[in-house]
Amino acid sequence: MSRYDLIRIPLLKRALVSRWPQFLAQAAALGGFVVAILAGLWGTPVGSHNFGIVFVWIAWWALLMLAAVPLFGRGWCSVCPIPLTGEWLQRGAILRPRGRGLGLGKKWPTRFRNIWIQNGSFALVALFSAVVLTQPNVTALVLAAFFLAAVATGLLFERRAFCRYLCPVGGFIGLYSQLAPIEVRVKDRAVCAAHSQKTCYTGDAEGYGCPWQVFPGGLTKNTYCGACLECLRTCPENNVAINLRLPGGDLWQPAGRRMDEAFKAFIMLGSAVVYSAVMLGPWGALKSAAYAVGTWAWLGYAAAFIAFVFGVLPGAFALATLATLSVQPRAMQSWRKRFIIFAYALVPLGLAAWVAFSLSFVFANASYLWPALSDPLGRGWNLFGTAGLGWTPYLSSLVPALQVAVVAGGVGWASLTARRLAREAGGGRRQALPVVAFCVAVAGGLLWLLVG
Amino acid sequence: MRMIRRWWLPALIALLGPALVLAPAPLPAAPPTDRTFRIEARSFEYTPPTLAVNPGDRVTLELVSTDAAHGLYLDGYDLNVTAVPGQTARLTFTADKTGSFRFRCSVTCGPLHPFMIGKLSVGPNWLLWRGLGLAALASLAGLSVTRT
Ligand code: SF4
Ligand SMILES: [Cu+2]
Repeated sequence: MSRYDLIRIPLLKRALVSRWPQFLAQAAALGGFVVAILAGLWGTPVGSHNFGIVFVWIAWWALLMLAAVPLFGRGWCSVCPIPLTGEWLQRGAILRPRGRGLGLGKKWPTRFRNIWIQNGSFALVALFSAVVLTQPNVTALVLAAFFLAAVATGLLFERRAFCRYLCPVGGFIGLYSQLAPIEVRVKDRAVCAAHSQKTCYTGDAEGYGCPWQVFPGGLTKNTYCGACLECLRTCPENNVAINLRLPGGDLWQPAGRRMDEAFKAFIMLGSAVVYSAVMLGPWGALKSAAYAVGTWAWLGYAAAFIAFVFGVLPGAFALATLATLSVQPRAMQSWRKRFIIFAYALVPLGLAAWVAFSLSFVFANASYLWPALSDPLGRGWNLFGTAGLGWTPYLSSLVPALQVAVVAGGVGWASLTARRLAREAGGGRRQALPVVAFCVAVAGGLLWLLVG
Repeated sequence: MRMIRRWWLPALIALLGPALVLAPAPLPAAPPTDRTFRIEARSFEYTPPTLAVNPGDRVTLELVSTDAAHGLYLDGYDLNVTAVPGQTARLTFTADKTGSFRFRCSVTCGPLHPFMIGKLSVGPNWLLWRGLGLAALASLAGLSVTRT
């Protein structure tokens, strides 16, 4: 497949190898993060006027789901403020390597070297989402908890253990980064094989060994590459490329398929459906139940959520992958293996579901940004003269059509992927049919929730 | 897949796709009438949450807030009305756009305010049907792409 290495552009290469542009972006993000926490704790309790809520759940979320993830994959991770402080302390440096850091550098326990904890942490936050999304102080506490957990993990364990194994956001960004039209890869694997020091993994005077515990020479998919660009800095052979590529090929890579990643796909697809029902639907009782944390109604909602995401959806999918339409059933992978393989077809559908959900949520509420910018704490300030701007939804007649286009596109992409995966499942292309039917059914339900 | 021959599926998709997107919706059958709905707004729901009218109907919404001030902003029509408790607010318009339209609270009324949403259907929801058709068609297209 054709690729274009952006590092061939001299100016871009200099900008990326230099630590400054990245550092400035990180510093800006860290500033926004700190202000969001402070505003959440001491600003107005009215969510739609609080900088913390508005900037995190409208501005950041829009940037992340509508731009950063689809276009740059883990691009957000390369500027994310959450792990910075922990990383600086761990390294004892902010920019280039120097001296010794404070970290204990323990190895992350082997049995947790997967994304099950991230699956759980995302589901946990999702259960409380109606509160987290609307209560400034809860958003602030959640962000602060992420921050403290990242500092603690950075000091205790080596490299970016928080990002790889704990962060609920990092889990789904990684899943969807497989679809991005951009990738960090080595130019020539033979060069890596011959390079005995592997400075990209161990680090050298120019940069740190891969914080994401990935060996760039072995990368076949974006999932765990944080696009931090350290390997670009450490590789003495100039063997690291940042390629523009046709999106989606990562899903076809048979290496590293796992049940935890498969479940990530279900959790994300399922929560997009649930969120669309709870937040965009006309059912007041459902909204109140999701909000009333601790009550029986909420317990019922939480149980239904968990059952849908971890039971109903994967269960129906398991049935779809059980169907044996193969000409030679013996040549097929086991049922469990087929379940895992085909789950990767849900990745494009899941991203489409999130984009479609976010389109409605973001455009309806984006006009809250301008007053919150001028009056971040809700104290009657007017920093930029926009405090008085009223609320009005943007593009309210266009959004439903966009959502339809996005969901249909997601189904097409999922089918294309399923067809390709059927080969790996050993069942012939016909084997993709039940999976595609599953995708069409989920998309139909989602469309009904979004534009029905 | 043997049953899908090389040429006719792409041809079908190329024909049906634009047709699904562009085909005009059939004209409404029912003659337009005047309709009035009383909508009760309280944190964070509308009662009734969904309304249905025919295209061309002259619609009057009477918004009654029962706890705090609420509003009603109608997507697609870009109309807005707000009501304080004790006073009925009215909004009259001709339902000249077909489809399903969300209406949402336009007065910050509490934590779930951004999610206080109802639905107005004007005639059949062609967008949804088109969407379902497009999704089905896209799945065929995805299956029929060769050389991936
Ligand atoms: S491979 Fe390079 S860019 Fe990717 S995570 Fe590792 S060090 Fe960062
Ligand atoms: Cu309201």
